Amino acid sequence: MIRFVGTSRRAMRRWIGPLCLVLLMLAGEHADARNPILVPDVSSRTIDIKYSFTGETLLLFGAIIYPDGRLADDRADIVVVIQGPTEPIILREKRRIGGIWVNADNIRFASAPGYYAVASSRPIADMLNERTAAVYEIGLDNLSLSPAGFTSDDQLGRFERGLVDLKRRLGLYVADANAVEITQGSLYRARLNIPARVPVGRYTAETFLVRNGQVIAVASRQIDIRKTGTDRFIANAAQNHGLLYGLFAVLLSVGMGCAAAMLFARR
Amino acid sequence: MELYLPVANMSVHILWILALGTMVGLLSGMFGVGGGFLTTPLLIFSGIPPTVAAASAATQVTGASVSGMMAYLRRGGVDLHMGAVLVAGGLIGSILGAFVFRWLESVGQIDTVIALLYLLLLGSIGGLMLKESLATLNILRSGAQPVARKRRHHPLVTMLPLRWRFYRSGLYISPIAPLILGAISGMMTMLLGVGGGFIMVPAMLYILGMGAEVVVGTSLFQIFLTTIATTLIHSITTHAVDIVLALLLLIGGVIGAQIGARLAMRANPAKLRLVLAIIVLLVALRMGAGLTWRPDEIFTVQAL
Repeated sequence: MIRFVGTSRRAMRRWIGPLCLVLLMLAGEHADARNPILVPDVSSRTIDIKYSFTGETLLLFGAIIYPDGRLADDRADIVVVIQGPTEPIILREKRRIGGIWVNADNIRFASAPGYYAVASSRPIADMLNERTAAVYEIGLDNLSLSPAGFTSDDQLGRFERGLVDLKRRLGLYVADANAVEITQGSLYRARLNIPARVPVGRYTAETFLVRNGQVIAVASRQIDIRKTGTDRFIANAAQNHGLLYGLFAVLLSVGMGCAAAMLFARR
Repeated sequence: MELYLPVANMSVHILWILALGTMVGLLSGMFGVGGGFLTTPLLIFSGIPPTVAAASAATQVTGASVSGMMAYLRRGGVDLHMGAVLVAGGLIGSILGAFVFRWLESVGQIDTVIALLYLLLLGSIGGLMLKESLATLNILRSGAQPVARKRRHHPLVTMLPLRWRFYRSGLYISPIAPLILGAISGMMTMLLGVGGGFIMVPAMLYILGMGAEVVVGTSLFQIFLTTIATTLIHSITTHAVDIVLALLLLIGGVIGAQIGARLAMRANPAKLRLVLAIIVLLVALRMGAGLTWRPDEIFTVQAL
């Protein structure tokens, strides 16, 4: 009897710790659970570039899951950021010298994204303050470009604006404040254009859920953009087997020139 | 219809590139020039990166010149001896050009230098051709018998040491002169993607004083081999030859060249030269205007 009680006490002692932990976790979860969870997805995880590639429209969509299945009373916003592989670049600025326009000034950027698109359900400035937006690198003003070799903040600002402006007109940097559509407060979708001249590589698509000026949930997905088939083969050959590639190009042009000459000579 | 270019990393309209190739082919068939001086700027205007444009245009010029060169070879219209010296010079020039290209790119002045060279070369050659062809046409119109210009090489050429006999060209001159000419044209090919025919033909006529019957053939021979060399050098150093772009240009180019060669047989050579002069001057003007107008893009990106 006593032994039995004893064991049960020991058993209780053994169980009490984990039980408390679970209860704490539940309580914690309950406190956190006021914040919804994001379940994001993209229309394609890989984009294949082949001969007919003229760009692609990427659909980013997902659900905002609220605790208890209830919708929040106040409005939540979604921001979607797609970022391509970064590369080191030199940005050059032309100036008029002696009547002609020449490259006069330059700044290096160690990590300029090859592609950057930000889409949101409302203008970013209306939902996040500048500091928060900068922390999460949301928006074209908050790219982390790692500049080097500039002499003044004034000059840097001019170059950064110049870069963003140039890439925007090429369709490589995109900012669209109305591209995210939220249906019934819980389903969202955004359509973004990937132009033909995007760099290949690994892209990340991050989704931010924003409420009351705070980012309350983040989720990310990866997208691979790659060349396939003959285009991959050609690009690879050009880069890694220069001599063979060059010889082939020469053979091709000589062969075509001869073929045309013979074709026309017969007539 | 759009086609993706794997090395240029962008898509282009197939028809536009085909039309461009045909137009250039027509010119090369009609005038015996490679036509690179038109291809490269037009490709750049259509948004293709300058390096890819120059490299792929050089590849196309090979194809455009091969049939013409073979036709001249069969007829004995090529001075192989002179051609070999020119090609040797061209080889030296293209290797030098590759270094110059890389250096200019690193200091960010390649675009300006390309535009300035175009303006300078095309402007002066076009001007000379315009003057010459108008004079010839005037003489023809007045009914007078055209006076054959006495063939003579430039006095500077005679000052060079070491004389060789070039039988076909009817010359006894120092090989250093054609070697230097070849080197200059090889450098042009590397930097501008031009075959150099529009410089070489007048240079061979007026500086070396070669016989007119071998000038065009020898120039084509030299263009053919020099553009092969530059294609290879570009493939190894800049990796900028876009074979799909070159193929598209070739399809139009080789057909255009054959049609052009047939058209040229029926036309008055002086009138042909007048048309070519006007085209050359227009390209030069456009290039010059591009330098002085405020450019569309103040900022340009160069990948490291």
